[in-house]
Amino acid sequence: MRRTLLESLIHGSVTEAAPAPDEAALAELAGSVTRAARARLGRSLSIRQVDAGSCNGCELEIHALNNAFYDLERFGLHFVASPRHADVLLVTGPVTNNMREALLRTYNATPDPKWVVAVGACAVDGGIFAGSYAVAGGVKDVIPVDLHIRGCPPTPVQLLKGLLALLV
Amino acid sequence: MALLDGIPTRSKVAKHRPWPRFTVEDDGWRSAIDRLVDGRATLFGLWGDTSAVHMALIDNSGREIAVLTYETQDGSFPSVGQRHPPAIRPERAIASLFGLTPIDAPDVRPWLDFGVWDRRHPLGKRTPGKRTTKSEPYSFLPAEGEGLHQIPVGPVHAGTIEPGHFRFTANGEHVVRLEQRLGYTHKGVEWLMRGATLEKAARLACRTSGDSAVAYGIAFAQAVEAALGMTAPPRALYLRALMAELERLAHHLGDIGAICNDASFAMMHAQCGILRERTLRVADACFGHRLMMDMIAPGGVTRDLAGGDIQVLKDFLAEIRGAFPRLVELYDKTASIQDRTVTAGVVKSALARQFGAGGYVGRAAGRAFDCRKTPGYAPYDALSFEMPVLEAGDVDARIWIRIREVEQSLSLIEQIVARMPAGALSAPVKAKAGEGLGVAEAFRGDVLIWVRLDDDGLIERCHLRDASWFQWPLLEAAIEGNIVADFPLCNKSFNCSYSGHDL
Repeated sequence: MRRTLLESLIHGSVTEAAPAPDEAALAELAGSVTRAARARLGRSLSIRQVDAGSCNGCELEIHALNNAFYDLERFGLHFVASPRHADVLLVTGPVTNNMREALLRTYNATPDPKWVVAVGACAVDGGIFAGSYAVAGGVKDVIPVDLHIRGCPPTPVQLLKGLLALLV
Repeated sequence: MALLDGIPTRSKVAKHRPWPRFTVEDDGWRSAIDRLVDGRATLFGLWGDTSAVHMALIDNSGREIAVLTYETQDGSFPSVGQRHPPAIRPERAIASLFGLTPIDAPDVRPWLDFGVWDRRHPLGKRTPGKRTTKSEPYSFLPAEGEGLHQIPVGPVHAGTIEPGHFRFTANGEHVVRLEQRLGYTHKGVEWLMRGATLEKAARLACRTSGDSAVAYGIAFAQAVEAALGMTAPPRALYLRALMAELERLAHHLGDIGAICNDASFAMMHAQCGILRERTLRVADACFGHRLMMDMIAPGGVTRDLAGGDIQVLKDFLAEIRGAFPRLVELYDKTASIQDRTVTAGVVKSALARQFGAGGYVGRAAGRAFDCRKTPGYAPYDALSFEMPVLEAGDVDARIWIRIREVEQSLSLIEQIVARMPAGALSAPVKAKAGEGLGVAEAFRGDVLIWVRLDDDGLIERCHLRDASWFQWPLLEAAIEGNIVADFPLCNKSFNCSYSGHDL
């Protein structure tokens, strides 16, 4: 037995490298996840907006989504007061170091499945504020991001286009 | 100048325009504090430098402004806040950002610095070292009495608004004390300004408070132009004023509706929202950007009106003039909304004066100050408009000031369009050293920007002071004795900037 053990040690493992996942299986799983997401999130999404340090320009245009011209609620999209009621976190700003923890806590308070949408040029990579001692970076540097809506600030139409993509 | 009569100054600083800057010793600094305390001058700004503290004063007529500089010998300066409360927060910010100590300050808790940056005193003299010690937990001011409880709110709020923390101490429904903790949106704007080109600095100034992008653009351009001893051409000044009035209109219209919405009067909100959107679309049509960001540069403006824009503006004026009076009547004749706004969130006149509260917060409480009037700047000196002032100081008065200012802005736009001068959009900007102060009236109040340029025309130091610095503390006072449920209403009627304050 000693000899067998010794040989095994010297010759190393016979375990082979993992094969790539089966494409068909992946596609099937992706399909079922999509169906589950559609079933749970449907064509109606609750949005919790979080300002993680913006200049407030993005907030002005997000506000505009509720006016009679854009009427966000006709698409089944509406803003909610608590992250616990939300399917989508709409995050603006470079994430300041002073807001980092609050953003993380808000993210953790949002139930799965959830989407994070980063809004504005600063939310991509810190924008004009990148490199400051007070700025942690873009939203993706703190929490996982599913979609970026660019612009400084993005117009309500650009915001709508991005949000509607979540419903398709 | 009368403003400084009797204040011992040491020397006048060369190349500081358009108002003078003097260095002072202990006696001069203390005598300036006396003047603030006895109400003969108003604190217009208080900011740090690598080894100095600057104090801007404005006289009560609003015509004279001066900057006093106290050079710190051992990193400390006599506290202004000890005797004049409006200076407390600016002083705490100076201590946190520059590491300069106000001697005998009444409140030594940090401000803006939550202990999570990788350094202390980021704008201070010495190259800041790594932060090694963990910061102490922040302690809120106490309130004592039977049956009191605390309600912590924020930084993440229920609505789409900026982050900040409000600590209420309440007795049942009534607020006994509100204390704000701000700084969540601190981005290090003044640190980013250092060494920036004028082009980058103007973009940063615009984004100090996005809702006042035009006003910041104007104040920054004025400061740089003053430092360089130049002026922008007349057409640029008129275009700036046009943008400023469109910005004011958009936000006043939005605010009137949003305040009513916080008292559940949704119809005003919906109707005002339509007029606000029309305004932003006209801004977009004329200047290619709904918030008109980056349209103003030192020396002039970056964009001209196109051929059809004058007609677009005229049609817009006619539309708003047709629709707005009906909304004013709706507000005026609905008793249920008045029941919420009248006598809610009262700011006392004496407090508004002491804090030098600008904008609708000050003007609704008897402080007649609008920096388009005094000290005044072009082209407003050539335009005719009124400054509405009320005494009540409540939510209702802050709505009425906005209503009257919407009417004034419509009249101003009409005059600007009628008199728009032809000519160049900008004057050449030559890089050289200098110091300048710019003051512009944003929709919420006066914005002060101070710059020092180096020999290459780059920013050496830039300070940006939002009107909110002297309005936020008044909200703490105004809410006292009101019910917690009225806080959103009162807060919205102030509509202070978080980002403009936090920088």
